[in-house]
Amino acid sequence: MSVFDGLKFRRVSSPIHQLDPRAKFFYVCILFVIAVMFSQLLPLIILFLIQIPFVFVAGVQREWLRSLKGASFLATIIFVFNFVFNYIYRVPYIGYPPPADLIEYSLAMTLRFIVLVESFSMFFLTTSPDLLGLALEQSHVPYEFCFAFTTAVRFVPVLAEEAQTIMDAQKSRGLELEKGNFLKRIRNYIPILIPLIVSAIRRSLELAEAMESRAWGASERRTNLYVLKLRKEDIALIAMAVGMLTLAVYVWLYVKIPYLTTLILL
Amino acid sequence: MIEVKDVYFKYPSGVEALKGVTLTISNGDFVAVMGQNGAGKTTLVKHFNGLLKPTKGDILVDGVNTRDTSIAKLARTVGFVFQNPDHQLFCETAEEEVAFALRNFGFEKDVISKRVTWALNLLGLTQYRQTSPFMLSGGERKRVALASVLAWDPKIVILDEPTIGQDHQQKEKLRQFIIQLREQKKTVVIVTHDVEFVAECNPRVILMSEGKIVADGNADRILTDPNLVTKASIVPPQIAQIFMKLSDFGLPMNVIDVYEARKILLDFIEGRP
Amino acid sequence: MALIEAKNLTYTYPGATKQSISDVSITIEKGEFVILTGPSGCGKTTLCRCFNGLIPHFYSGKLEGTLTIADLKVADCKIHELAKHVGFVFQNPENQLFALSVEKDVAFGLENFGMPRDEIRKRVDWALQTTGIENLRERTPNELSGGQQQRVAIASVLAMQPEVIVLDEPTSFLDPLGALKIFEVINELNKKLGITVVLVEHRLDLASKYANHVIVMDEGKVILDGEPRKVFNSEEARLIGVGIPKATRLYQILRDDGTRLSKVPVNSEEAAQLLREILLHDRS
Repeated sequence: MSVFDGLKFRRVSSPIHQLDPRAKFFYVCILFVIAVMFSQLLPLIILFLIQIPFVFVAGVQREWLRSLKGASFLATIIFVFNFVFNYIYRVPYIGYPPPADLIEYSLAMTLRFIVLVESFSMFFLTTSPDLLGLALEQSHVPYEFCFAFTTAVRFVPVLAEEAQTIMDAQKSRGLELEKGNFLKRIRNYIPILIPLIVSAIRRSLELAEAMESRAWGASERRTNLYVLKLRKEDIALIAMAVGMLTLAVYVWLYVKIPYLTTLILL
Repeated sequence: MIEVKDVYFKYPSGVEALKGVTLTISNGDFVAVMGQNGAGKTTLVKHFNGLLKPTKGDILVDGVNTRDTSIAKLARTVGFVFQNPDHQLFCETAEEEVAFALRNFGFEKDVISKRVTWALNLLGLTQYRQTSPFMLSGGERKRVALASVLAWDPKIVILDEPTIGQDHQQKEKLRQFIIQLREQKKTVVIVTHDVEFVAECNPRVILMSEGKIVADGNADRILTDPNLVTKASIVPPQIAQIFMKLSDFGLPMNVIDVYEARKILLDFIEGRP
Repeated sequence: MALIEAKNLTYTYPGATKQSISDVSITIEKGEFVILTGPSGCGKTTLCRCFNGLIPHFYSGKLEGTLTIADLKVADCKIHELAKHVGFVFQNPENQLFALSVEKDVAFGLENFGMPRDEIRKRVDWALQTTGIENLRERTPNELSGGQQQRVAIASVLAMQPEVIVLDEPTSFLDPLGALKIFEVINELNKKLGITVVLVEHRLDLASKYANHVIVMDEGKVILDGEPRKVFNSEEARLIGVGIPKATRLYQILRDDGTRLSKVPVNSEEAAQLLREILLHDRS
């Protein structure tokens, strides 16, 4: 579950946590665009390094590293795939390419993937689901979806605990989850899934009752206890993102980016 | 027999739920594990069938250390009935539900069929044999869950908070049922915070507070001791409360049963010692 | 004019063969603390659902008879209109808290009404203070104990400032001490703020000392309706199998033996006081 740990929000207060989710999301999208723009290793390394100070300011190093670990498996696959595929594909046309360049290209693709995963991980690590729901609301996403989102997040730990209890209950009746061949092991999970699903349905009914009892749908124009306002810090982040994008476009259009290996050999 | 030897237990989250618990439950005992929510009651009994293993110390069930065996093996001896039957029910018929554990334990087909009949009959569910458990009422579902555990005839039966949400008559039926189990020479352990129910059953009480056992003895002694009651943050039974308020009359203090209370009061009024 | 008035109320759930409540006629005055009790399946929850409009608007099916709450005819009003007058606290604390902070949960109903922000802020603060959970403001529901969760549920209902609060077995999942704390909070709301309370409970030994009106139902019908002492002491209550307070039971078996206390006690304080009179009197 280490991959999921990288997405879980922790209640820590830092300047990054206080930023408006909309500004942060904008920033992450810009990172996304820039990462896709470049296939060269050098700019991607720079992009990756830019995130590190944010991680430390937010104080989420441990979780961030955990999500890196989680992504490493896929990252390795991407590297191997790119290397092998390009080797086989390009050979007939260019002749045997210098291996250093090929490695660098595959590394770049891997790093692009990592940058994308890490920037979204950072976003979720530093944004409380509450604020996220609020941001969705203020971005004119229909309230039903925002509510569904925050309620789902609120119940994840409850469902996890219930799943554990159900497993305990069935184990106490002699169910051995690890026994048997592959097919049997899948069937072993039926006594766990069915109570879980039935319980979820019952829970939804009770939730609906409670929602109705608290005047759900009373007014067309729903108000909110909190409101998100963009502050100086948020504007600064947005400006920074725009600046980065402009710089990236300029570099992409006019600058020839050397291979890292060539730089090192120089 | 269950032996708990200086057991400590810490959850992965870091919470230390048991801090040095030692006790012995002999065959045929009737024990109520009591205390506030969070005292460690359910954590303790989950060790009895191996769901949890102590971080320090040992638990021996019939001489076998729970660390050396599997939950499935322990479950043959220790039947655990969970608080919410909906966490167990998943089959299409009550018959299937009761047979589930029997199949897991490897019973023969004809034995399974006999036992299912017996268990359903014991709990008055014979007419629901082919009914889906989901169609039954709350109380009936509780009985199906109970039947499914009793079907394999475990020596020790653990009931986790069996009185929650039950009305007076259902609790009375439960009390009678426990008496039946005891007549079958089973060891019965209930985890509960329902003092009035315990007052009516008068079992051995193990009182827990903050992960430790603070008292172990008869219900009428423990539930009437003002110090213990404060220490474990429980509310004494009403009859005990009444006698505590009349302590200056020199009446005996360990009264929890309403009929015993009447006898004592009448004796006092008529001037008998 | 009574606050809640039901006349010949009858309801069957869709697809059910039996009526859940039949011919229920009760009157509840403003400011009363009502305990509604009876064996499982007697119709208490069904009746409560009628009070805030879940029946007939959420649970379709036919509702016969009339039910008026605060001069509103329940059958004609939408649930969210009734929510202004009737608050409902459910049995399971977990499934009535939706938000990720206590504050947001308490504000939920008010936000639904479309109230202005500063008004919401004022009411949320007031509700948190009145239920004594000011210090839990920022917590997530998962960090709270069952008792705390129920207090949040009560606060979020209180914030809507209803005239009646209906609580359906709110202490089922709590230990006796937690249950007592909840009853204290509810009692405060009733005695200090004048909010009418309808409490469905089995644990009469803990709850009975607060009530001034008890209704006992069985198989969909109202069997007993009146003053707590009369109801608990009645023969019908014993026959139905209601778990009357032990203090009352002691009174009954003493009376059967010829020793009569001057009043019917419903809790241990009263019983001790009345017994004291007898014991002193007989000694002298």
